[in-house]
Order: sequence, then C-alpha cells, then structure tokens
Amino acid sequence: MTAQTLYDKIWSEHIVAQRPQEPVLLYIDLQLVHEVTSPQAFEGLRQRGLKVRRPDRTIATIDHSIPTSDRSLPIADPIAARQVAQLGVNCAEFGLPLCAPGSGHQGVVHVFSPELGLIQPGMTLVCGDSHTATHGAFGVLAFGIGTSQVEMVLATQCLLQQPSRNLRVNVTGRLRPGVTAKDVILALIAQIGVGGGTGCVIEYAGEAIRNLSMEGRMTIANMSIEAGARAGLMAPDEVTFAYLKGRPFAPQGPAWDAAVARWRTYASDPDAMFDQEVTLDGSALEPMITFGTNPAMGIGITGSVPEPARMAAGVERDGLVKALAYMGMTAGQPILGHPIDLVFVGSCTNGRIEDLRAAAGVLKGRKVAPNVRALIVPGSEVVKRAAEAEGLDRIFLAAGAEWREPGCSMCLAMNGDMLQPGQTCVATSNRNFEGRQGPGGRTLLASPITAAASAVRGAVADPRSLA
Amino acid sequence: MKPFTAFASSIAVLAADNIDTDQIIPARFLKTTTKEGLGLQLFHDWRYGKDGAAKADFPLNQPAAAGAEVLVGGDNFGCGSSREHAPWALTDAGFRAVVATSFADIFYGNALKNALLPIKVPAEALAKLHAAGSGARVQVDLDSQTLTLPDGSSVAFPVDAFPKRCMLLGVDELGYLLQFEQEIGAFEAGRVAPYDTRTRPEA
Repeated sequence: MTAQTLYDKIWSEHIVAQRPQEPVLLYIDLQLVHEVTSPQAFEGLRQRGLKVRRPDRTIATIDHSIPTSDRSLPIADPIAARQVAQLGVNCAEFGLPLCAPGSGHQGVVHVFSPELGLIQPGMTLVCGDSHTATHGAFGVLAFGIGTSQVEMVLATQCLLQQPSRNLRVNVTGRLRPGVTAKDVILALIAQIGVGGGTGCVIEYAGEAIRNLSMEGRMTIANMSIEAGARAGLMAPDEVTFAYLKGRPFAPQGPAWDAAVARWRTYASDPDAMFDQEVTLDGSALEPMITFGTNPAMGIGITGSVPEPARMAAGVERDGLVKALAYMGMTAGQPILGHPIDLVFVGSCTNGRIEDLRAAAGVLKGRKVAPNVRALIVPGSEVVKRAAEAEGLDRIFLAAGAEWREPGCSMCLAMNGDMLQPGQTCVATSNRNFEGRQGPGGRTLLASPITAAASAVRGAVADPRSLA
Repeated sequence: MKPFTAFASSIAVLAADNIDTDQIIPARFLKTTTKEGLGLQLFHDWRYGKDGAAKADFPLNQPAAAGAEVLVGGDNFGCGSSREHAPWALTDAGFRAVVATSFADIFYGNALKNALLPIKVPAEALAKLHAAGSGARVQVDLDSQTLTLPDGSSVAFPVDAFPKRCMLLGVDELGYLLQFEQEIGAFEAGRVAPYDTRTRPEA
C-alpha cells in the first residue's frame, strides 16, 4: 500500500461514492451551526420539504451576533435579536441541540465544541465559518463552508469535494520565552502570504508544534485560512488524548482505550509524499505583530514598518501604500511604541483559558494605561467559569480591563462591540482587514501577552519587557 | 437557478489584490436571515463615506462602471470568511462574473453555487483588462470556457466539469446529492457514530 498523509487517510475513509468525472461524495461526521450562516440553509430545507438527516451529528450555538454585555437584558439590535431567535426556532423545528446563552456551554463555535469533547481524531467536520480549521489541531479534517453547503450537509450529511494538495509546514526548534503559538502562525503567514496555502490542506509538524498545548495548536490551526488553506491538520498525540480524556462526549471506560488505539493511526506515514514543504525555524522567532490590512503584513515586534519605496512599482506596492495610509503607519518607523486606543483579548483564535491566563499573567499587579480601553472576552461560558474560579476576572478588573460575556465580540464587530473610525486596537483575533473591527478601525494582530503588555504600556509593547 | 448563458457586458475594474470578504460585504450586514437585498451593501465601506454619501473616487461609483455585469479584481479575490453573503451581494448588485488571477477557495466554491462565474485568467490578460478600464466590453462564454477581451483577443479559463455542467443546466448540487440516498445509507450502516449530540452533558 502506498504511503499516505494524515489528510489522505481521513479523506479516503470518508468517501461515500464517486462517479467518473464527478467530485467525491465526502461523509461529514459533525456539523457545527451558528446563527449567522444558517438561516438561509434552514429556509432552503423548508422550501424543498427536507429534514435534517442526522440531528445527532449536528450541534448549534450562538456567538457572532450576541452582545457580550449584560445578558439579562434583551438584545437591543432588532435585526440581531431576530437572527438569534430564528436559530432557536430552526433548532426546535428540526430537532437540533442548541447550546444557548445560559446553558453553561454557549460559546464561540470553535471554542465550545472542543471543550465538550465533540472533536475527536480522524473525524470530518464542517461549519459555515472559515475558522473551522481550528479543529484540525485534533487530527480532524475540518473546513469552513458556505451556506449552500450548510444546507447540503444538513440534508445529506455529505459534501461534494475535490481533493486538496498536501502542504507540510515543519516548525523546528524550541520557541523562546515570550514567543507563542500566535507568533508562529503570524510568522508563517508573513512568510508564505495570504494565498500561500490556496488549494492546500496544511499539516503542521515539528518540535515546536509537538511542544504546544492543545490551546496553542488550535490557535495555529485556526489561522490556516489566513494563509488561504482549506484546512490545517496536526497528528494527535498524548497531549491530544490527555485533553480529551474525561470530557462529556469523549469515550469512557473500555471504549476509551479502543478509541485511543484507533486515534494513534491518524498520522502521516513516515515516507508519505507532500506536494509542498515549508520549514520555519521556531527557535529564531520573536513576538509578531501586524502593521497592515491583511494577516501576512506582519513583522517581528522589534522590527520596522516596511517601506514601499524599496519595492518595485505595481499592484503589490500600491497595496502596501494603501494599507499604511489606512493604518496611519509611517514607513520605516519601529512598530514598538505605536500609539493604540484599545486592546481586545478573545475570539476563536485566542479566547481560551490558557490565553486568558497568559494575559492575566502580564496584567497581574499592573494597570491598563489610562489612554487604553481593554476588553477581555472569554471564548465560552466554560472558559468564563474556569477563569472566575481561578480569580482571573479579579486580576482583569483590578487592572482596569473589562470582563465580558462570551462571544465573537470585537473580532468582527457584528454585535455592537466595535472600534470608532481611526481607532487602533491590538487584537488577539485573526483578521486585520480594513474595517474588520468597525468601519475605519485599525487592527494590529498579536498574541495575548503582546496585547496585554501593550495595554499596560499604552502603546505597542514587547511582552518580554514585562516578563 | 437559471441556466448560465453566454453574454457580453461592460466591465467594472477594481484593481487591487486580496479583496477580502469583509470589504465585499462587511460583517455587520450579515444579521439578515434572507439572501436578498445585499447588493445595497456591496463594498459598503469603500462605496460610502461616513455621511452615507457615495464616494466619487471609488471605481464602482463612477459612471463607466454602471451596468457592468463583470467585475475585474486582482489576485486572491475573495479571501477571508466563508460568508456566502459575498456572492449573494455581488449577484444582487447585478454581477454575473468576477475576473481575477486567483481566487480564495471558499469564495470560488460559493460563487459557482450562485450563478456567479469566477474567471481565472493569466496576469497578462488581467493587465489588459485593468488598462482597458471600466466600461470596456468583454464576452463571457462558459460553454467554451473563453473570455473575449476588449481588444478582441480571447483567453481560456479553467472550470471543473461538474460545476460547469451544473451552471450550464441551472441545476444545484443538493439535487444531485439527494440521488445518493442509498449509498449514504450504506456508508452510515458501516460506521458507528462516536456520540449523539442530542444527549446533553451535565453543565
């Protein structure tokens, strides 16, 4: 038998059918649903008189449109309120489980589901959300889909797919103090570009990946889409199994041992061929931050804003000029000390308990600078409870930061948490596109400790200076 | 969906790389529960100033771009989120094709499912379209997979056979998938579900 990559193995196990000259019918083990990309899919089912084929392989939550302020109040925005209510109606009508606010498990769709133990190696998983790649950290083929495909999976539990190319990213060496998973993925995207992974599934390998916690691995897999990749994968190992053990939906008793034995087979064969390989020296990285309007516009924290004058004329240089003008950045200037107005810690990239612990570690006994508003948004109700049990909320509040309710919040500014035009925010989220955090808002992507250090200094800061 | 037929149209040129879905349709407009009407918010923050007035210097607001059914972008068009609202907004605004040197995967797939043809062309062809500018005319023929440029030359573009057939016939993929009931049932019979999501765990 020919050697297979991890991707090849999961792919081939899920082929339901393939007719000549037609795409593969790929079986989907689990679909995650949220309020924004599903209403038109449910409406499509109604119009065709279809039901949900496998409600037992579907689970919903509410994250994008809900306020992260006092949940005892009704949602003020009537359009958001209607969308949230519609998901409740749809789940009830089609028999789907919904982790609503107050259920104890509501959260950002890519945070609440791993916590429940729903994400298990070797699965296929989809969601109408591009950051579905997050779940690849468990050795799961997980990718974002559009609403038409959400409807297809609800109706048939299958998708029509063409195989992707295999791209392996080897992150070698040990990360230095102050360098986190977020810095690894920002450095990778800066190296290969926002289209560098187009058409590919990335498998992350190497010592630096193996040494990461599941939270760190999810941060990296999450941003695979920012390099244009369909999905990101990591082979499951003892760290994965330890994370899963005892979680509500994880196998128990004798079934656990059998599951672990099976999960161990989800690794690329030693002689598997990749279409493309990229190596990143993890030991050479420093904390990263973005200066521009796409996630590839990133530099080391001690670096300077690139100079368009040093580039050849063309669309690319025009793009950089436009980005710097939008961001209010000066070419050639060091990024350290760049003025900021807000700090946002949260999102499906960095809204997990370990991220909050890291931010709290920097903020403990310190104060958020008077010119900065800092929002700390836990990724889920589970994260919020855990953080409060550890006293992290008190550290944040004592530092002068806001401690909010779980949701996507200021990652994409759908729910009212947004920047004002011209404001600059150091954010632990995943996209720095123009207006992503509100029209005219400027986003600098960084790790939780870089964000927290910047909150304290009142300007872009090196987290190592506050270690 | 209606069958996708060959057509001639003027172009609207937006010469930038990495045009992301947050520009095509900003997230705050995704609170709708329908597909219709999103054309009003297409490229909202590029098209309109703070006061809500159309920005005269934005290419799509210029008279030459009016009525165009073909949008010409740059490289890596449609990067970012999976929101199908992006093709919905483009088609609602009257576009039937987007030309670029490359597309982000999810946008590409979403476009094909909504009778919006993503046309991938070499850099030279894109440069010709950028030089010709908004208002220049092209012809789009999916059946022969050719785009005829304003100078009369034509360029071939790739499309997978399956989505091409779906677009030409005006049929959607779900109808096709539903024919596989038996195969899906047989596949499921051979697999044990790891859990039932409806069995709610303790909080």
